[in-house]
Amino acid sequence: MIRRLPHVDRVGIEERAAMLGKRSIKTTAKQQGIRLAVSMLDLTTLEGADTPGKVRQLCAKAVCPAPTMPEIPSVAAICVYPALAGVARGALQGTGVRTASVATGFPSGQVGLDVKLRETEDAIAAGAEEIDMVISREAFLAGDDARVQEEIVRVKEACGDAHLKVIVETAELGSYDHVRHASMISMEAGADFVKTSTGKAATGATPGVCLVMLEAIRDYAERTGRIVGFKAAGGVSTSKAALHRLVLVKETLGDEWLTADRFRIGASSVLNDLLMQYAKTETGRYGRSEDFSKE
Amino acid sequence: MTRLSVRKTYKLWIGGAFVRSESGRYDHALGRDGAHVANLPRASRKDVRDAVAAARKAFGPWAARTAYNRGQILYRAAEALESRAAELAARSVSRDEVDAAIDVLLHYAGWTDKIHPVLGGVNPVAAPFLSFSVPEPTGIVGVVAPDEPELLGLIAEVAPALAAGNVVVAILSEKWPLGGLDLGEVLGVSDVPGGVVNLLSGRRGELAQALGAHRDLNAILDAAGDAELSAELDRLGAETIKRVRHGRPAATYDEAVADSLSRLEAVTELKTAWHPVGA
Repeated sequence: MIRRLPHVDRVGIEERAAMLGKRSIKTTAKQQGIRLAVSMLDLTTLEGADTPGKVRQLCAKAVCPAPTMPEIPSVAAICVYPALAGVARGALQGTGVRTASVATGFPSGQVGLDVKLRETEDAIAAGAEEIDMVISREAFLAGDDARVQEEIVRVKEACGDAHLKVIVETAELGSYDHVRHASMISMEAGADFVKTSTGKAATGATPGVCLVMLEAIRDYAERTGRIVGFKAAGGVSTSKAALHRLVLVKETLGDEWLTADRFRIGASSVLNDLLMQYAKTETGRYGRSEDFSKE
Repeated sequence: MTRLSVRKTYKLWIGGAFVRSESGRYDHALGRDGAHVANLPRASRKDVRDAVAAARKAFGPWAARTAYNRGQILYRAAEALESRAAELAARSVSRDEVDAAIDVLLHYAGWTDKIHPVLGGVNPVAAPFLSFSVPEPTGIVGVVAPDEPELLGLIAEVAPALAAGNVVVAILSEKWPLGGLDLGEVLGVSDVPGGVVNLLSGRRGELAQALGAHRDLNAILDAAGDAELSAELDRLGAETIKRVRHGRPAATYDEAVADSLSRLEAVTELKTAWHPVGA
Protein backbone atom coordinates (compact mmCIF):
# COMPACT_ATOMS: atom_id res chain seq x y z
CA MET A 1 0.00 0.00 0.00
CA ILE A 2 1.50 3.29 -1.04
CA ARG A 3 1.09 6.38 1.10
CA ARG A 4 -1.73 7.81 -0.94
CA LEU A 5 -4.46 7.83 1.65
CA PRO A 6 -6.48 11.03 1.75
CA HIS A 7 -5.27 13.55 4.28
CA VAL A 8 -6.79 13.64 7.71
CA ASP A 9 -8.54 16.92 8.48
CA ARG A 10 -6.62 17.83 11.62
CA VAL A 11 -8.78 20.75 12.69
CA GLY A 12 -12.01 18.88 11.99
CA ILE A 13 -10.85 15.80 13.89
CA GLU A 14 -9.79 17.74 16.95
CA GLU A 15 -12.96 19.80 16.91
CA ARG A 16 -15.17 16.70 16.74
CA ALA A 17 -13.11 14.80 19.31
CA ALA A 18 -13.31 17.72 21.71
CA MET A 19 -17.04 18.14 21.10
CA LEU A 20 -17.67 14.51 22.00
CA GLY A 21 -15.94 15.14 25.32
CA LYS A 22 -18.40 17.78 26.39
CA ARG A 23 -21.34 15.54 27.15
CA SER A 24 -22.68 15.72 30.62
CA ILE A 25 -22.72 12.17 31.95
CA LYS A 26 -24.28 12.06 35.42
CA THR A 27 -25.83 9.80 38.05
CA THR A 28 -26.92 6.39 36.76
CA ALA A 29 -25.44 6.95 33.29
CA LYS A 30 -22.13 7.80 34.94
CA GLN A 31 -22.28 4.69 37.11
CA GLN A 32 -23.01 2.56 34.08
CA GLY A 33 -20.19 4.23 32.15
CA ILE A 34 -17.74 3.66 34.98
CA ARG A 35 -18.66 -0.03 35.29
CA LEU A 36 -18.29 -0.38 31.53
CA ALA A 37 -14.91 1.36 31.55
CA VAL A 38 -13.65 -0.89 34.37
CA SER A 39 -14.75 -4.01 32.47
CA MET A 40 -12.70 -2.84 29.48
CA LEU A 41 -9.57 -1.98 31.38
CA ASP A 42 -6.18 -3.49 30.67
CA LEU A 43 -4.74 -2.89 34.12
CA THR A 44 -1.10 -2.25 33.35
CA THR A 45 2.18 -2.28 35.19
CA LEU A 46 5.27 -1.78 33.07
CA GLU A 47 7.98 -0.67 35.46
CA GLY A 48 11.52 -1.84 35.89
CA ALA A 49 10.63 -2.26 39.57
CA ASP A 50 7.79 -4.74 38.95
CA THR A 51 8.14 -7.85 41.07
CA PRO A 52 6.13 -11.09 41.20
CA GLY A 53 4.63 -9.88 44.47
CA LYS A 54 3.44 -6.62 42.98
CA VAL A 55 1.99 -8.40 39.95
CA ARG A 56 0.13 -10.91 42.14
CA GLN A 57 -1.31 -8.06 44.18
CA LEU A 58 -2.37 -6.24 41.03
CA CYS A 59 -4.02 -9.43 39.77
CA ALA A 60 -6.07 -9.65 42.95
CA LYS A 61 -7.17 -6.08 42.41
CA ALA A 62 -7.96 -6.81 38.75
CA VAL A 63 -10.33 -9.61 39.72
CA CYS A 64 -12.06 -7.64 42.46
CA PRO A 65 -11.28 -3.93 42.09
CA ALA A 66 -13.38 -2.81 45.07
CA PRO A 67 -14.50 -5.39 47.63
CA THR A 68 -16.89 -2.86 49.18
CA MET A 69 -18.64 -2.29 45.85
CA PRO A 70 -19.37 -5.77 44.50
CA GLU A 71 -21.23 -4.41 41.46
CA ILE A 72 -17.91 -3.21 40.03
CA PRO A 73 -16.83 -5.90 37.53
CA SER A 74 -13.40 -7.42 37.04
CA VAL A 75 -11.12 -5.67 34.57
CA ALA A 76 -10.56 -7.21 31.13
CA ALA A 77 -6.88 -8.05 31.42
CA ILE A 78 -3.61 -7.52 33.21
CA CYS A 79 -0.75 -6.20 31.08
CA VAL A 80 2.83 -6.93 32.15
CA TYR A 81 6.32 -7.51 30.78
CA PRO A 82 7.01 -10.99 29.36
CA ALA A 83 9.13 -12.00 32.36
CA LEU A 84 6.07 -11.64 34.60
CA ALA A 85 3.45 -13.08 32.25
CA GLY A 86 3.76 -16.49 33.94
CA VAL A 87 3.16 -14.99 37.39
CA ALA A 88 0.12 -13.10 36.14
CA ARG A 89 -1.33 -16.14 34.36
CA GLY A 90 -0.92 -18.22 37.49
CA ALA A 91 -2.63 -15.64 39.65
CA LEU A 92 -5.48 -15.14 37.18
CA GLN A 93 -6.21 -18.82 36.50
CA GLY A 94 -9.95 -19.41 36.36
CA THR A 95 -10.93 -15.79 37.02
CA GLY A 96 -11.88 -14.75 33.49
CA VAL A 97 -9.33 -11.93 33.55
CA ARG A 98 -6.92 -12.37 30.67
CA THR A 99 -3.15 -12.11 30.73
CA ALA A 100 -1.55 -9.71 28.29
CA SER A 101 2.16 -9.20 27.77
CA VAL A 102 4.04 -6.57 25.87
CA ALA A 103 6.70 -7.90 23.53
CA THR A 104 8.89 -7.11 20.51
CA GLY A 105 11.40 -4.88 22.26
CA PHE A 106 8.77 -2.77 24.01
CA PRO A 107 8.65 0.22 24.15
CA SER A 108 11.11 1.30 21.42
CA GLY A 109 11.05 -1.81 19.25
CA GLN A 110 14.69 -1.21 18.37
CA VAL A 111 15.78 -4.87 18.22
CA GLY A 112 16.08 -7.36 15.40
CA LEU A 113 13.10 -9.35 14.13
CA ASP A 114 14.46 -12.64 15.47
CA VAL A 115 14.62 -11.18 18.96
CA LYS A 116 11.06 -9.85 18.60
CA LEU A 117 9.77 -13.25 17.54
CA ARG A 118 11.63 -15.01 20.32
CA GLU A 119 10.25 -12.59 22.90
CA THR A 120 6.72 -13.13 21.61
CA GLU A 121 7.13 -16.92 21.75
CA ASP A 122 8.51 -16.69 25.26
CA ALA A 123 5.63 -14.56 26.46
CA ILE A 124 3.11 -16.98 25.01
CA ALA A 125 4.94 -19.98 26.43
CA ALA A 126 4.79 -18.28 29.82
CA GLY A 127 1.03 -17.97 29.54
CA ALA A 128 0.22 -14.69 27.79
CA GLU A 129 -3.12 -14.79 25.99
CA GLU A 130 -2.70 -11.40 24.41
CA ILE A 131 0.42 -9.79 22.97
CA ASP A 132 0.94 -6.04 22.78
CA MET A 133 3.61 -5.47 20.12
CA VAL A 134 5.13 -2.21 18.95
CA ILE A 135 5.57 -1.38 15.29
CA SER A 136 9.03 -0.52 14.11
CA ARG A 137 8.80 3.27 14.03
CA GLU A 138 12.34 3.36 12.80
CA ALA A 139 11.22 1.55 9.62
CA PHE A 140 7.91 3.41 9.37
CA LEU A 141 9.51 6.85 9.57
CA ALA A 142 12.10 5.82 6.96
CA GLY A 143 9.21 4.95 4.65
CA ASP A 144 9.81 1.22 4.77
CA ASP A 145 6.16 0.16 5.11
CA ALA A 146 6.95 -3.30 3.79
CA ARG A 147 9.19 -4.05 6.74
CA VAL A 148 6.64 -2.73 9.23
CA GLN A 149 4.01 -4.97 7.69
CA GLU A 150 6.30 -7.97 7.41
CA GLU A 151 7.17 -7.75 11.10
CA ILE A 152 3.53 -7.63 12.13
CA VAL A 153 2.73 -10.63 9.91
CA ARG A 154 5.59 -12.64 11.43
CA VAL A 155 4.68 -11.70 15.00
CA LYS A 156 1.05 -12.59 14.28
CA GLU A 157 2.21 -16.04 13.12
CA ALA A 158 4.24 -16.42 16.30
CA CYS A 159 1.17 -15.48 18.33
CA GLY A 160 -0.89 -18.42 17.13
CA ASP A 161 -4.22 -18.23 18.98
CA ALA A 162 -3.16 -15.32 21.13
CA HIS A 163 -4.69 -11.95 20.40
CA LEU A 164 -2.32 -9.45 18.83
CA LYS A 165 -2.54 -5.77 19.68
CA VAL A 166 -0.36 -3.54 17.54
CA ILE A 167 0.93 -0.35 19.15
CA VAL A 168 1.60 2.38 16.58
CA GLU A 169 2.97 4.82 19.21
CA THR A 170 1.20 7.88 17.84
CA ALA A 171 3.41 10.37 19.66
CA GLU A 172 6.37 9.32 17.53
CA LEU A 173 4.58 9.33 14.18
CA GLY A 174 4.37 13.07 13.75
CA SER A 175 0.97 13.56 12.13
CA TYR A 176 -2.58 12.26 11.95
CA ASP A 177 -1.89 11.19 8.35
CA HIS A 178 0.84 8.90 9.64
CA VAL A 179 -1.35 7.64 12.47
CA ARG A 180 -4.06 6.66 10.02
CA HIS A 181 -1.58 5.10 7.65
CA ALA A 182 0.17 3.12 10.38
CA SER A 183 -3.20 1.90 11.64
CA MET A 184 -4.15 0.74 8.15
CA ILE A 185 -0.85 -1.09 7.69
CA SER A 186 -1.31 -2.82 11.02
CA MET A 187 -4.84 -3.94 10.21
CA GLU A 188 -3.82 -5.14 6.73
CA ALA A 189 -1.05 -7.15 8.35
CA GLY A 190 -3.48 -8.97 10.63
CA ALA A 191 -3.70 -7.03 13.88
CA ASP A 192 -6.60 -8.05 16.14
CA PHE A 193 -6.41 -4.70 17.90
CA VAL A 194 -4.72 -1.43 17.08
CA LYS A 195 -3.42 0.46 20.07
CA THR A 196 -2.40 4.09 20.34
CA SER A 197 0.63 4.21 22.58
CA THR A 198 3.10 2.50 24.84
CA GLY A 199 2.47 4.95 27.66
CA LYS A 200 6.19 5.70 27.68
CA ALA A 201 6.12 8.59 25.18
CA ALA A 202 5.34 12.25 25.75
CA THR A 203 1.68 11.97 24.78
CA GLY A 204 -0.69 9.03 24.59
CA ALA A 205 -4.26 8.36 23.56
CA THR A 206 -5.30 11.96 22.96
CA PRO A 207 -8.92 12.38 21.84
CA GLY A 208 -7.79 13.36 18.33
CA VAL A 209 -5.55 10.35 17.91
CA CYS A 210 -8.30 8.04 19.17
CA LEU A 211 -10.79 9.45 16.71
CA VAL A 212 -8.39 9.09 13.76
CA MET A 213 -7.71 5.45 14.62
CA LEU A 214 -11.38 4.67 15.26
CA GLU A 215 -12.28 6.09 11.87
CA ALA A 216 -9.51 4.01 10.29
CA ILE A 217 -11.02 0.92 11.95
CA ARG A 218 -14.49 1.85 10.73
CA ASP A 219 -13.27 2.41 7.16
CA TYR A 220 -11.28 -0.80 7.20
CA ALA A 221 -14.28 -2.78 8.49
CA GLU A 222 -16.49 -1.30 5.78
CA ARG A 223 -13.96 -2.14 3.09
CA THR A 224 -13.00 -5.65 4.18
CA GLY A 225 -15.67 -6.78 6.62
CA ARG A 226 -13.02 -7.69 9.21
CA ILE A 227 -13.55 -6.47 12.75
CA VAL A 228 -10.52 -4.94 14.44
CA GLY A 229 -10.53 -3.76 18.05
CA PHE A 230 -9.15 -0.56 19.51
CA LYS A 231 -7.08 0.05 22.61
CA ALA A 232 -6.56 3.54 23.98
CA ALA A 233 -3.46 3.59 26.17
CA GLY A 234 -1.38 6.33 27.69
CA GLY A 235 -2.59 9.48 29.39
CA VAL A 236 -6.08 8.21 30.21
CA SER A 237 -5.78 8.89 33.92
CA THR A 238 -9.17 10.29 34.94
CA SER A 239 -12.72 9.00 34.85
CA LYS A 240 -13.66 11.90 32.65
CA ALA A 241 -11.01 10.91 30.11
CA ALA A 242 -12.14 7.28 30.21
CA LEU A 243 -15.79 8.19 29.65
CA HIS A 244 -14.73 10.51 26.85
CA ARG A 245 -13.02 7.57 25.10
CA LEU A 246 -16.19 5.49 25.50
CA VAL A 247 -18.20 8.25 23.83
CA LEU A 248 -15.68 8.43 20.96
CA VAL A 249 -15.98 4.68 20.38
CA LYS A 250 -19.76 4.67 20.57
CA GLU A 251 -20.17 7.59 18.20
CA THR A 252 -17.63 6.31 15.66
CA LEU A 253 -18.13 2.54 15.69
CA GLY A 254 -21.41 2.07 17.52
CA ASP A 255 -22.60 0.00 20.46
CA GLU A 256 -21.19 -3.27 19.07
CA TRP A 257 -17.70 -1.99 19.84
CA LEU A 258 -18.49 -1.32 23.48
CA THR A 259 -17.34 -4.75 24.67
CA ALA A 260 -14.03 -5.90 26.04
CA ASP A 261 -13.53 -7.99 22.88
CA ARG A 262 -13.35 -4.89 20.75
CA PHE A 263 -12.35 -2.01 22.98
CA ARG A 264 -9.82 -1.66 25.78
CA ILE A 265 -8.39 1.12 27.87
CA GLY A 266 -4.79 0.57 28.87
CA ALA A 267 -4.01 2.35 32.12
CA SER A 268 -2.87 2.04 35.69
CA SER A 269 -3.92 5.03 37.77
CA VAL A 270 -7.32 5.48 36.12
CA LEU A 271 -8.81 2.52 37.99
CA ASN A 272 -8.63 4.25 41.36
CA ASP A 273 -10.14 7.41 39.92
CA LEU A 274 -12.99 5.38 38.43
CA LEU A 275 -13.57 3.74 41.82
CA MET A 276 -13.43 7.09 43.62
CA GLN A 277 -15.91 8.63 41.20
CA TYR A 278 -18.19 5.63 41.56
CA ALA A 279 -18.08 5.89 45.34
CA LYS A 280 -18.88 9.60 45.02
CA THR A 281 -22.03 8.84 43.03
CA GLU A 282 -23.08 6.42 45.78
CA THR A 283 -22.27 8.46 48.87
CA GLY A 284 -22.31 12.03 47.57
CA ARG A 285 -18.96 12.57 49.32
CA TYR A 286 -15.66 13.25 47.60
CA GLY A 287 -13.17 10.60 48.68
CA ARG A 288 -9.49 10.47 49.46
CA SER A 289 -6.81 8.65 47.53
CA GLU A 290 -6.14 6.29 50.44
CA ASP A 291 -9.65 4.87 50.07
CA PHE A 292 -8.38 2.39 47.49
CA SER A 293 -5.17 0.40 47.42
CA LYS A 294 -2.56 1.37 44.87
CA GLU A 295 -2.10 -2.22 43.79
CA MET B 1 -17.45 63.83 28.62
CA THR B 2 -17.54 61.73 31.78
CA ARG B 3 -15.47 58.62 31.81
CA LEU B 4 -17.09 55.24 32.37
CA SER B 5 -15.06 53.54 35.08
CA VAL B 6 -14.09 49.92 34.60
CA ARG B 7 -15.28 47.77 37.48
CA LYS B 8 -12.98 45.07 38.63
CA THR B 9 -14.02 41.42 38.23
CA TYR B 10 -12.27 39.27 40.78
CA LYS B 11 -11.39 35.63 40.35
CA LEU B 12 -11.06 32.67 42.65
CA TRP B 13 -7.56 31.71 43.70
CA ILE B 14 -7.12 27.96 43.27
CA GLY B 15 -3.85 26.07 42.88
CA GLY B 16 -1.86 29.26 42.42
CA ALA B 17 -4.01 30.39 39.49
CA PHE B 18 -6.71 33.03 39.32
CA VAL B 19 -9.68 31.27 37.79
CA ARG B 20 -13.34 31.86 37.12
CA SER B 21 -15.82 29.67 38.89
CA GLU B 22 -16.35 26.40 37.05
CA SER B 23 -20.05 27.26 37.19
CA GLY B 24 -19.54 30.58 35.42
CA ARG B 25 -21.60 32.38 38.11
CA TYR B 26 -20.91 35.93 39.24
CA ASP B 27 -22.22 38.19 41.97
CA HIS B 28 -22.06 41.92 42.60
CA ALA B 29 -19.78 43.02 45.39
CA LEU B 30 -21.23 45.90 47.32
CA GLY B 31 -19.30 48.59 49.14
CA ARG B 32 -20.18 49.58 52.71
CA ASP B 33 -22.47 52.25 51.25
CA GLY B 34 -24.37 49.67 49.19
CA ALA B 35 -22.90 50.72 45.85
CA HIS B 36 -21.92 48.12 43.25
CA VAL B 37 -18.11 48.34 43.40
CA ALA B 38 -16.89 45.13 41.78
CA ASN B 39 -17.88 41.73 40.47
CA LEU B 40 -16.87 38.49 42.09
CA PRO B 41 -17.21 34.82 41.25
CA ARG B 42 -19.71 32.64 43.07
CA ALA B 43 -17.83 29.36 43.55
CA SER B 44 -19.56 25.99 43.25
CA ARG B 45 -19.09 22.61 44.90
CA LYS B 46 -16.83 21.60 42.02
CA ASP B 47 -14.60 24.58 42.74
CA VAL B 48 -14.34 23.28 46.30
CA ARG B 49 -13.33 19.89 44.92
CA ASP B 50 -10.75 21.47 42.61
CA ALA B 51 -9.37 23.55 45.47
CA VAL B 52 -9.01 20.49 47.70
CA ALA B 53 -7.27 18.59 44.90
CA ALA B 54 -4.87 21.51 44.37
CA ALA B 55 -4.26 21.73 48.11
CA ARG B 56 -3.53 18.00 48.35
CA LYS B 57 -0.92 18.38 45.64
CA ALA B 58 0.70 21.33 47.39
CA PHE B 59 0.64 19.83 50.87
CA GLY B 60 3.63 17.46 50.63
CA PRO B 61 6.15 20.01 49.37
CA TRP B 62 4.88 22.73 51.75
CA ALA B 63 5.07 20.48 54.80
CA ALA B 64 8.51 19.29 53.72
CA ARG B 65 9.97 22.79 53.72
CA THR B 66 12.01 23.68 56.74
CA ALA B 67 10.16 25.65 59.38
CA TYR B 68 12.66 28.44 58.84
CA ASN B 69 11.81 28.62 55.14
CA ARG B 70 8.06 28.66 55.84
CA GLY B 71 8.71 31.54 58.21
CA GLN B 72 10.57 33.43 55.49
CA ILE B 73 7.71 32.91 53.07
CA LEU B 74 5.10 34.11 55.58
CA TYR B 75 7.29 37.10 56.39
CA ARG B 76 7.49 37.86 52.69
CA ALA B 77 3.70 37.61 52.46
CA ALA B 78 3.45 40.20 55.26
CA GLU B 79 5.82 42.41 53.28
CA ALA B 80 3.66 42.09 50.18
CA LEU B 81 0.54 42.93 52.17
CA GLU B 82 2.27 45.96 53.69
CA SER B 83 3.13 47.33 50.26
CA ARG B 84 -0.49 47.02 49.15
CA ALA B 85 -1.97 48.19 52.44
CA ALA B 86 -3.09 51.61 51.21
CA GLU B 87 -4.82 50.06 48.22
CA LEU B 88 -6.71 47.57 50.39
CA ALA B 89 -7.66 50.27 52.85
CA ALA B 90 -9.05 52.39 50.04
CA ARG B 91 -11.16 49.59 48.63
CA SER B 92 -12.31 47.10 51.18
CA VAL B 93 -11.13 47.18 54.78
CA SER B 94 -9.98 49.78 57.27
CA ARG B 95 -6.32 50.69 57.51
CA ASP B 96 -6.25 49.55 61.12
CA GLU B 97 -7.51 46.13 60.12
CA VAL B 98 -4.93 45.78 57.35
CA ASP B 99 -2.19 46.76 59.78
CA ALA B 100 -3.42 44.23 62.31
CA ALA B 101 -3.57 41.54 59.61
CA ILE B 102 0.04 42.26 58.63
CA ASP B 103 1.14 42.05 62.24
CA VAL B 104 -0.67 38.73 62.72
CA LEU B 105 1.05 37.27 59.64
CA LEU B 106 4.38 38.46 61.00
CA HIS B 107 3.61 37.01 64.41
CA TYR B 108 2.91 33.54 63.03
CA ALA B 109 5.89 33.79 60.66
CA GLY B 110 7.94 33.94 63.82
CA TRP B 111 6.17 30.89 65.25
CA THR B 112 7.11 28.44 62.47
CA ASP B 113 10.41 27.26 63.94
CA LYS B 114 9.18 27.37 67.54
CA ILE B 115 6.29 24.92 67.18
CA HIS B 116 8.58 21.93 67.22
CA PRO B 117 10.50 22.79 70.42
CA VAL B 118 7.35 23.95 72.23
CA LEU B 119 4.97 21.12 71.34
CA GLY B 120 7.45 18.33 70.77
CA GLY B 121 10.44 16.96 72.62
CA VAL B 122 11.74 14.01 74.57
CA ASN B 123 9.15 12.48 76.90
CA PRO B 124 10.10 11.35 80.41
CA VAL B 125 9.11 7.69 80.49
CA ALA B 126 9.71 5.11 83.19
CA ALA B 127 11.12 2.47 80.89
CA PRO B 128 14.41 1.86 79.10
CA PHE B 129 13.25 3.64 75.96
CA LEU B 130 13.84 6.95 74.34
CA SER B 131 10.38 8.37 73.70
CA PHE B 132 10.03 11.53 71.70
CA SER B 133 7.17 13.45 70.14
CA VAL B 134 7.27 15.43 66.92
CA PRO B 135 4.51 17.82 65.81
CA GLU B 136 3.34 17.30 62.24
CA PRO B 137 0.84 19.32 60.23
CA THR B 138 -2.72 17.99 60.14
CA GLY B 139 -2.97 18.34 56.35
CA ILE B 140 -5.57 20.26 54.40
CA VAL B 141 -7.32 22.75 56.63
CA GLY B 142 -10.63 24.27 55.60
CA VAL B 143 -11.36 27.76 56.90
CA VAL B 144 -14.80 29.33 57.10
CA ALA B 145 -14.08 33.02 57.48
CA PRO B 146 -16.23 35.41 59.53
CA ASP B 147 -18.07 38.42 58.09
CA GLU B 148 -16.43 40.85 60.51
CA PRO B 149 -13.59 41.55 60.48
CA GLU B 150 -13.34 40.04 57.03
CA LEU B 151 -9.56 40.24 56.56
CA LEU B 152 -8.21 39.99 60.09
CA GLY B 153 -10.69 37.22 60.92
CA LEU B 154 -9.47 35.29 57.88
CA ILE B 155 -5.77 35.81 58.54
CA ALA B 156 -6.17 34.83 62.18
CA GLU B 157 -7.28 31.36 61.00
CA VAL B 158 -5.06 30.98 57.93
CA ALA B 159 -1.74 32.18 59.37
CA PRO B 160 -1.39 29.62 62.20
CA ALA B 161 -2.47 26.81 59.87
CA LEU B 162 0.22 27.78 57.36
CA ALA B 163 2.84 28.28 60.07
CA ALA B 164 2.28 24.72 61.28
CA GLY B 165 2.82 23.41 57.73
CA ASN B 166 -0.77 22.91 56.67
CA VAL B 167 -2.35 24.03 53.43
CA VAL B 168 -5.62 25.96 53.40
CA VAL B 169 -8.88 26.06 51.49
CA ALA B 170 -10.75 29.11 52.75
CA ILE B 171 -14.30 30.22 52.18
CA LEU B 172 -14.41 33.99 52.33
CA SER B 173 -17.09 36.01 54.03
CA GLU B 174 -20.25 35.95 51.96
CA LYS B 175 -21.14 39.48 52.98
CA TRP B 176 -17.73 41.19 52.68
CA PRO B 177 -15.48 39.07 50.45
CA LEU B 178 -13.33 41.80 48.93
CA GLY B 179 -10.68 41.86 51.65
CA GLY B 180 -10.10 38.14 51.19
CA LEU B 181 -10.03 38.39 47.40
CA ASP B 182 -7.52 41.24 47.67
CA LEU B 183 -5.46 39.07 50.00
CA GLY B 184 -5.40 36.39 47.27
CA GLU B 185 -4.00 38.89 44.81
CA VAL B 186 -1.35 39.91 47.32
CA LEU B 187 -0.35 36.31 48.11
CA GLY B 188 -0.37 35.56 44.38
CA VAL B 189 2.65 37.82 43.94
CA SER B 190 4.36 36.72 47.16
CA ASP B 191 6.43 33.56 47.57
CA VAL B 192 3.56 31.41 48.84
CA PRO B 193 3.60 28.38 46.50
CA GLY B 194 0.53 27.68 44.34
CA GLY B 195 -2.12 25.58 46.07
CA VAL B 196 -0.91 26.31 49.61
CA VAL B 197 -3.69 28.86 50.03
CA ASN B 198 -6.91 28.59 48.05
CA LEU B 199 -9.61 31.24 48.36
CA LEU B 200 -13.24 30.83 47.35
CA SER B 201 -15.97 33.42 47.35
CA GLY B 202 -19.63 32.57 47.14
CA ARG B 203 -22.55 31.34 49.23
CA ARG B 204 -21.22 30.23 52.60
CA GLY B 205 -23.91 27.62 53.19
CA GLU B 206 -23.31 25.90 49.86
CA LEU B 207 -19.50 25.95 50.03
CA ALA B 208 -19.05 25.14 53.72
CA GLN B 209 -21.31 22.12 53.31
CA ALA B 210 -19.22 20.86 50.38
CA LEU B 211 -16.01 21.51 52.29
CA GLY B 212 -17.27 19.73 55.39
CA ALA B 213 -18.40 16.73 53.37
CA HIS B 214 -15.12 16.32 51.47
CA ARG B 215 -13.33 13.31 52.90
CA ASP B 216 -9.89 14.47 51.77
CA LEU B 217 -10.04 17.54 54.00
CA ASN B 218 -8.40 16.95 57.38
CA ALA B 219 -9.66 19.82 59.51
CA ILE B 220 -12.07 22.73 59.53
CA LEU B 221 -11.59 26.00 61.38
CA ASP B 222 -14.99 27.59 61.67
CA ALA B 223 -14.99 31.26 62.61
CA ALA B 224 -18.30 32.14 60.98
CA GLY B 225 -20.22 32.21 64.25
CA ASP B 226 -23.31 30.63 62.70
CA ALA B 227 -24.81 28.13 65.17
CA GLU B 228 -26.69 26.16 62.55
CA LEU B 229 -23.62 25.89 60.31
CA SER B 230 -21.47 24.90 63.31
CA ALA B 231 -23.79 22.01 64.07
CA GLU B 232 -23.76 20.91 60.44
CA LEU B 233 -19.95 21.07 60.32
CA ASP B 234 -19.76 19.01 63.51
CA ARG B 235 -21.99 16.39 61.98
CA LEU B 236 -20.06 16.29 58.69
CA GLY B 237 -16.74 16.34 60.53
CA ALA B 238 -17.75 13.30 62.53
CA GLU B 239 -18.95 11.49 59.42
CA THR B 240 -15.77 12.14 57.45
CA ILE B 241 -13.34 12.02 60.39
CA LYS B 242 -11.89 15.49 60.46
CA ARG B 243 -10.95 17.91 63.18
CA VAL B 244 -13.47 20.71 63.65
CA ARG B 245 -12.65 23.79 65.70
CA HIS B 246 -15.14 26.56 66.26
CA GLY B 247 -13.89 29.93 67.33
CA ARG B 248 -14.98 33.49 67.77
CA PRO B 249 -13.66 35.79 65.03
CA ALA B 250 -10.52 37.62 66.12
CA ALA B 251 -11.52 41.27 66.25
CA THR B 252 -8.12 42.70 67.13
CA TYR B 253 -4.46 41.83 66.80
CA ASP B 254 -4.40 40.86 70.47
CA GLU B 255 -7.28 38.45 70.06
CA ALA B 256 -5.59 36.85 67.05
CA VAL B 257 -2.33 36.18 68.84
CA ALA B 258 -3.35 35.75 72.50
CA ASP B 259 -4.12 32.04 72.08
CA SER B 260 -1.40 31.37 69.47
CA LEU B 261 -0.39 28.02 70.86
CA SER B 262 -3.89 26.60 70.99
CA ARG B 263 -4.51 27.81 67.44
CA LEU B 264 -1.33 26.07 66.29
CA GLU B 265 -2.05 22.95 68.29
CA ALA B 266 -5.47 22.61 66.70
CA VAL B 267 -3.88 21.99 63.30
CA THR B 268 -0.96 19.88 64.49
CA GLU B 269 -0.70 16.14 65.09
CA LEU B 270 1.80 14.78 67.56
CA LYS B 271 3.75 11.76 66.39
CA THR B 272 5.39 9.87 69.21
CA ALA B 273 8.14 7.34 68.64
CA TRP B 274 9.61 4.83 71.10
CA HIS B 275 13.19 3.93 70.50
CA PRO B 276 14.99 1.15 72.38
CA VAL B 277 18.25 2.42 73.84
CA GLY B 278 20.11 -0.79 74.61
CA ALA B 279 18.50 -1.48 77.96
